Amino acid sequence: MIPFWIILLKIVVVLGVLMTAAALVTFLERRISAFIQNRIGPNRVGPQGLFQIMADLVKLVMKEDIVPTAANKTVHDIAPMISISIALCTFAVIPFGNTIELFGYQVKLIIADVNIGILFILAMTSMGVYGVSLAGWSSNNKYSLLGGLRSSAQLISYELAMGLSIIGVLMVAESLRLDQIVMHQTRYLVGWLPAWNLFVQPLGFVIFFVAAFAETNRLPFDLPEAEPELVGGYHTEYSGMKFGLFMFAEYANMITSSALITTLFLGGWHIPFSENWGVSPLVMSLLQVLAFCVKVSIVVFFFIMVRWTIPRFRYDQLMNLGWKVLLPLSIANVLGTGLAILLISS
Amino acid sequence: MASSKKIIRKKDFSLLQRMYLPEIFRGLMTTFLQMFKPKITHQYPEVRFHPPASFRGRPVLVEEQGVERCVACGLCSRVCPALAIEVQASETDLEKERYPVKFEINMVRCIFCGFCEEVCPEEAIVMSNEYELAFSSQEEAIFGKDKLLIPAEKLKERLEFLKQNR
Repeated sequence: MIPFWIILLKIVVVLGVLMTAAALVTFLERRISAFIQNRIGPNRVGPQGLFQIMADLVKLVMKEDIVPTAANKTVHDIAPMISISIALCTFAVIPFGNTIELFGYQVKLIIADVNIGILFILAMTSMGVYGVSLAGWSSNNKYSLLGGLRSSAQLISYELAMGLSIIGVLMVAESLRLDQIVMHQTRYLVGWLPAWNLFVQPLGFVIFFVAAFAETNRLPFDLPEAEPELVGGYHTEYSGMKFGLFMFAEYANMITSSALITTLFLGGWHIPFSENWGVSPLVMSLLQVLAFCVKVSIVVFFFIMVRWTIPRFRYDQLMNLGWKVLLPLSIANVLGTGLAILLISS
Repeated sequence: MASSKKIIRKKDFSLLQRMYLPEIFRGLMTTFLQMFKPKITHQYPEVRFHPPASFRGRPVLVEEQGVERCVACGLCSRVCPALAIEVQASETDLEKERYPVKFEINMVRCIFCGFCEEVCPEEAIVMSNEYELAFSSQEEAIFGKDKLLIPAEKLKERLEFLKQNR
């Protein structure tokens, strides 16, 4: 039995890394967007502008916290808390490495090794919409309300396709445990191709990726905060650190989604062909954690690139894509996977 | 006016274009390649923008051999649409006979139209290439002769430009 303090240590480390990474991504987003637009971006505070994060944080904390008189004050306060806590909780079930030997214990590099990992993530991300909807409703502002409503409508049209696209992965891996899904991807398909679900389930990968953008309210589908139409969307009436929490939750969500995509489709912590490198297990485990981080950063980079490339979808286009394209495709993917499994096993 | 561009409707799209993804990747390629292009940003306080000769910065008085060219005719003050220029003339023993005792430009009022430069018969007031004009009080913004007089060598570019384009 693993002692309590090791679990606590894992929580502290993962939470610390996740929060630092989320803050770092806000900075990276600004730098990369600047580079895409032939600008330089923030580069004044610290080396290469790296301390801009701290400057932003100080600014947000020092700012006055304004609550509209007509707002429902309690809900207005609670909404950002819901957003941030759910964004941080979701990471608990994501395996970021294989087992590692630490202080004489075999420690699994996952905070909560629950047997319904994927369902937990889907449930938590669905809860995340409450933060946005409540923020929109409690602000007592038409723009905020529209933003909140849009986020729930968007969630309904995407969660279905998202859930169905995962079913293909589950059928292949025959488990809901995320570490089992990763384990299943450590095999090889035809000798040189690792059995990552990216190659086994390409359609499911595309659908999940698109749905992940909608899930995190990122640009092609950031209708809840569509600036030209809704001022600031659901966070129009938020200021100071409460706004900061929403911002932070968005980036934490982005990292969690990237980690989930990595786990489900990109082989998690698996490094292809590392079995015959012959390094010691401890080094191997650390390398695997590093590999996981690299994969996640690549996906995050892709998220940022997409944001600064593609214009926003119109509301009806989004619904069309969700209901008429992604949903049928994901159902077809489930049927196709089932058929393929049946044919291969018989 | 009919545009010569062909209007592209959705029904004209090929199957690949309808599938979104190939086109999205084309767009991503474009943005990705943009990242490696040279940056157009000036690192301002360290790297300053050097304006071309046609730039209309703050108006200055041309100074030759320690004396201003200005003969205090007052045309600039008359033509100034924002009433920013104040000239007080006086007599001098020099060849030009008249000179401004007081020449003040209120930089808060100045709109950088360049009329003063255009109307000046002596090419004595020209628009320089200075653009860093920030003040912390109204009084500070009134430039007297001490700040306005600039040696002609420093204004060569602009004077040359005026010769060619007037």
